[in-house]
Amino acid sequence: MPTHDVLVIGAGLAGQRAALAAAEEGVSVGILSKVHPVRSHSNAAQGGINAALQEDDTWESHAFDTIKGSDYLADQDAVEVMCREAPEELLYLEHLGVTFHRNEEGKMGTRAFGGASAARTYYVADITGQAIMHVLYEQLMKASGEVARYEEYFCTALALDDAGRCVGAVSRNVRDGSMELFKAKAVILATGGNGQVWKPSTNALICTGDGIAMAYRAGAKLMDMEMIQYHPTTLAKKGFLITEGARGEGAHLLNAKGERFMEKYAPNKMELASRDVVSRAEQTEIDEGRGFPDGTIALDITVVPKKRILEALREIVLVGRDFAGVDITKEPIHIKPGNHYTMGGVKTDFDGRTDVEGLYAAGEVACVSVHGGNRLGANSLLDTLIFGRRSGVHAADYVKGREEPVVSQTLLDDEEAKIAEIVGRERGKGRRVSEIRDELGAVMDKHVAVFRDAEGLQTALETVRRLREEASSCYIDDDGHIFNQDVIGAVELDFMLDNALATCVAAIERTESRGAQYRTDFPDRNDDEWLKHIDLTVNGGDPTVSYSEVKITDWQPMERTY
Amino acid sequence: MAKFSLKVRRFKPEPGEGPYWENFDVDLDPDLSVLDGLLQVRDQQDGSLSVRCSCKAAICGSCGVKINGQSTLACKTRLSEAKEWANRSNGNSEPITIEPMGNMPVIKDLVTDMESTHWQKIRRVTPWLLPKGDPPEREYIVPPESMIDVTQTMACVQCGACVSACLSMEADPDFVGPAALAKAYRFVGDPRDGERKERLHDLAQDPHGIYNCTHCFACVEACPKGVAPMDQIMRLRRIAGHDEDIDDVNNGRRHELAFVNIIEQKGTLDEALLLQESFAPGIKGKLKPPRGAIKALFDNIPTALRAIRSGKARSAEKLVPGIHPKLPGDAQKHVKRIYAHAEEHRIELNLYIKGEEFGGGDDNEAEELAENELQGKEGAPA
Repeated sequence: MPTHDVLVIGAGLAGQRAALAAAEEGVSVGILSKVHPVRSHSNAAQGGINAALQEDDTWESHAFDTIKGSDYLADQDAVEVMCREAPEELLYLEHLGVTFHRNEEGKMGTRAFGGASAARTYYVADITGQAIMHVLYEQLMKASGEVARYEEYFCTALALDDAGRCVGAVSRNVRDGSMELFKAKAVILATGGNGQVWKPSTNALICTGDGIAMAYRAGAKLMDMEMIQYHPTTLAKKGFLITEGARGEGAHLLNAKGERFMEKYAPNKMELASRDVVSRAEQTEIDEGRGFPDGTIALDITVVPKKRILEALREIVLVGRDFAGVDITKEPIHIKPGNHYTMGGVKTDFDGRTDVEGLYAAGEVACVSVHGGNRLGANSLLDTLIFGRRSGVHAADYVKGREEPVVSQTLLDDEEAKIAEIVGRERGKGRRVSEIRDELGAVMDKHVAVFRDAEGLQTALETVRRLREEASSCYIDDDGHIFNQDVIGAVELDFMLDNALATCVAAIERTESRGAQYRTDFPDRNDDEWLKHIDLTVNGGDPTVSYSEVKITDWQPMERTY
Repeated sequence: MAKFSLKVRRFKPEPGEGPYWENFDVDLDPDLSVLDGLLQVRDQQDGSLSVRCSCKAAICGSCGVKINGQSTLACKTRLSEAKEWANRSNGNSEPITIEPMGNMPVIKDLVTDMESTHWQKIRRVTPWLLPKGDPPEREYIVPPESMIDVTQTMACVQCGACVSACLSMEADPDFVGPAALAKAYRFVGDPRDGERKERLHDLAQDPHGIYNCTHCFACVEACPKGVAPMDQIMRLRRIAGHDEDIDDVNNGRRHELAFVNIIEQKGTLDEALLLQESFAPGIKGKLKPPRGAIKALFDNIPTALRAIRSGKARSAEKLVPGIHPKLPGDAQKHVKRIYAHAEEHRIELNLYIKGEEFGGGDDNEAEELAENELQGKEGAPA
């Protein structure tokens, strides 16, 4: 049985950072990921990472922007921690070898980003997430002696001991299909978000909310699950992300009449208002008939000098060329709001602790909450790194002097039986996994998107309940052990349905509009009743709802204009 | 929507049978990718078809495969494009063929074992920054161009397409290879690294190192991210052999110099001179063979004999050193000017700086410079 002091599940930025931080504290660490670490979705973060590192910038300003961006749903103590520690974390990355863009003096230079009152976004062309993640992976290879890597291991459940502490996980080795129990004194979840619940999404196929579902099933609370970010600039049909950096470099949004419509919605910040505001503006233009016939808006990058586009937005040049057949240096590219980010997740404190002892969560899987109702661009990389590190350090401290945990073999037997049951289902009886997945994605994108109302949310909830039923008997084709992605897809579908259920319940519950949750039937923010988090706990069918307070330190809620 | 036929190389390891081909028809928007085609097969026809994939946007590097024999990412190749390509090489109504990557063992269907090949080679080049001394209080102050320069290799997504396409690796499986050497340049080119010289010595002296590349361009063509691994290898050679004067035991540097010198003299390659010039340089009578050169020269005789036997070297000018003709007319002068220009400007082909991959002739700064230089001197007295 593989045994470590700290087991990290997921190896994107949060997971790798947690593993390195825990190893530095001198404990034994294992890091496990369902894909090779460099395939993780942190790769997709293009634009950059925020830190108040310029001389005339302050962490307070960064914190205020983040809190305002969150529509005052973020916990301000956690935001303070993140923004205060950002500069040091950035320098740590630079010293490890991240090739941050330099200004003429050879110092790190910044670019402007949405919802920010200063240009504080540090970047590597438009491959910032990839560049940081590959550098962290370099460090993981260097730390091979201290950190054991389990690459292509798919986790199916968390292990609890008799006292309810998290003491490991069950995992399937994708390569040979063997199931194993991993034992650990502490487990850090870093499995990312749940974008695949929506279709289309900017998220990778692997973003199926596994950790959110596993933690939920293990009894951890979920928080802010209704808060799903729709990114303003995604490629129509395919859902690919066009970085906010494009607008940061000066690109315009135009409706079909050629109007720069953001003048109406955010006269000061224009295209660089926060994402929920821009997405709603676009959707309003489209819904009111001022979009293009294919339901899109134009993003005009041609106003940015060509040389600058080629050096700073290179990935977008490639996306335009390869996936849309558009030369963005010469013509506008058509975009629309699309599913992008899970603000909610497993409820944690700012050391990554969940409600289950021994279980930590960091990155998109977690909800600290630093993003509240709406995440600012370039704060997600920061979130993964700050809270990944803090979880790693705290978990290492927690395991010191702790006795070897006792893990029951029963869980492994149960999980093996669960997989065998799926593989053994009769072909052609019931639905295919892909049918259920597609129906789920469509219903969520229709009713749990930029604009929501009670009726649509109820439709979505009822559909999700039915799909859960159907998923319990859906069938697969592959009955092998080696690289059976089919059976993994069936387990992931189960995880996705738990995520969808939680989001629908929370979105119905919150009868106000705040951040990404915009209820056409409750169009105003209602601080008197709803300046609070919605927490969800597992309870057989639909989750049980409870509330927790939003921590306010220095910034009282104000009206939000851009 | 349009119909496409996909011919997929399957391999199911569990029954223990050999690989086989299977055809699938899919109905999709021609602008969608080959990966979308494979996913439709998996979703609707056969869920047991295995292919690694995640982002569908050419950033995670999971779906490296061979499409119509060409190593690439399945998500980055449009169905219409792949179809056109299949038709062109095999005639109309040919299916799009999809195989696992080369130079790697196959685990199942389109899934290869990258760990024992690709990743092992990456780890070979000490792939982490080795800074000298303690870090500064703030960031390292470095020239802005240097970061843009190494960012080209940071753009590598470790998909393995270059490894799959590498012809040298096919001949020598121990070749460190294009991806790992591009990764090595990422550190050699990084002014923050303190082990530049050690890295260069290591890679130049390794018999499977930088001099094992044969400039075939297959990796440049395969790379979906414009990393141009071969260019990075050539830069490593230039720095090792030219800037650092590392005389490698593989005789790589001398062999390279032999090419350069012969072409500077003659405009084209005098192959008959190549061996002699590589091992005992100085065609103008200053025959000063370095130690071991005579032995190395003799070691190469079997290769020379094979070249004769296979018909590659049978004409007199390929057999007798020195009788190979120079270029006619003024052409030789132009060659020398190109040499002089390259020497003076040290043109580096960096896509991040020049954006050459995207532009037409008008953006091609290097070419333009060379062009102007030539034209400028055209009218001038020689």
